[in-house]
Amino acid sequence: MKEQISIRNAIASDLDAVVSLGQVASQDRKPGFWSNVFDHYVLRDKNDRFFLVAESGNRIVGFIIGEVRAWEFGSPPCGWVFALAVSPEKRQLGIGQQMFEEISQCLKQAGVTTVRTMVDRDDKLLLSFFRGLGLCSGKYLELEKQID
Amino acid sequence: MKLNKASLFALIAVLELASDTEKQLSATDIAQKHGISTHHLAKIMRNLTYAGLVQAVRGAGGGYRFSGNVRRTTLLDVIQLFETLESELDVPNWGNNSDPIIGELQSITSEIDNLTKAVLDTITLATALKNTRIRAELKANQASPGRVIT
Ligand SMILES: CC(C)(COP(=O)(O)OP(=O)(O)OC[C@H]1O[C@@H](n2cnc3c(N)ncnc32)[C@H](O)[C@@H]1OP(=O)(O)O)[C@@H](O)C(=O)NCCC(=O)NCCS
Repeated sequence: MKEQISIRNAIASDLDAVVSLGQVASQDRKPGFWSNVFDHYVLRDKNDRFFLVAESGNRIVGFIIGEVRAWEFGSPPCGWVFALAVSPEKRQLGIGQQMFEEISQCLKQAGVTTVRTMVDRDDKLLLSFFRGLGLCSGKYLELEKQID
Repeated sequence: MKLNKASLFALIAVLELASDTEKQLSATDIAQKHGISTHHLAKIMRNLTYAGLVQAVRGAGGGYRFSGNVRRTTLLDVIQLFETLESELDVPNWGNNSDPIIGELQSITSEIDNLTKAVLDTITLATALKNTRIRAELKANQASPGRVIT
């Protein structure tokens, strides 16, 4: 069953709620990370950066962040979703999907036709989520190495 | 990557039955629909029953019905009933890899295995069926371009 929620642009006063949601999803991120993200994606003028929150009642139950990135690694302009979380007690109610669809529309209006993300290959939940929404391996491969 | 026949037939049967959990089909029905060997599929259906993914329905009009969890069962869950996808290098002293060439080849095959797993273990039957439906609708639309997909 779909949860009744509203999705809107994040505002400065959402910071604490987002930090605690982000903390549940990924303990490694420090609050400093979030103030930078808010600074960049909420407070500045922007037409190709999107930070959306999902509200149920008066409570923030999810967020999603994305932007248009152009010509990195030779790639034509493309939408990126780089953070997403739903409150654990509100999962599997369609909120993640609604937020993803909403940000995809925002990205489309900003002029791109592809949306891309990057996921830890051991994160079965997040990978299954994106797969369920129709995403599959793209043209680019992430490569890395330890620096001696 | 080459799946063995048993895994491939099992995936076909499970997806066919999971596409409508009310549906009951015999091994022959499934085999004929997809052009695969009935004899081979009959054996596979017994394995799938044993694993709890399908249920044998007895009596007239009997057959098999899907009995697993379509949103949580992944393609890898089905495949692993019939084969392991871990690559093995066919070399003596497997496991004792002081040989750096073998060590390097092992590292490459393990990179491929990890990627394969990340694909097959994150596509649920529900996701594969959703994509199947989209594919079928696209095909139908190409055949009669005026048709509206709802
Ligand atoms: C991934 C996440 C966003 C999903 O949010 P959600 O609101 O529960 O997802 P939805 O209810 O919209 O599910 C949409 C689809 O995703 C898939 N899905 C969701 N949860 C799943 C699960 N536990 N197992 C398998 N597939 C799942 C399904 O295909 C589902 O469609 P269905 O309901 O028709 O089966 C949520 O689980 C989450 O916040 N996880 C932590 C994320 C994280 O670690 N973030 C930090 C990095 S940015």
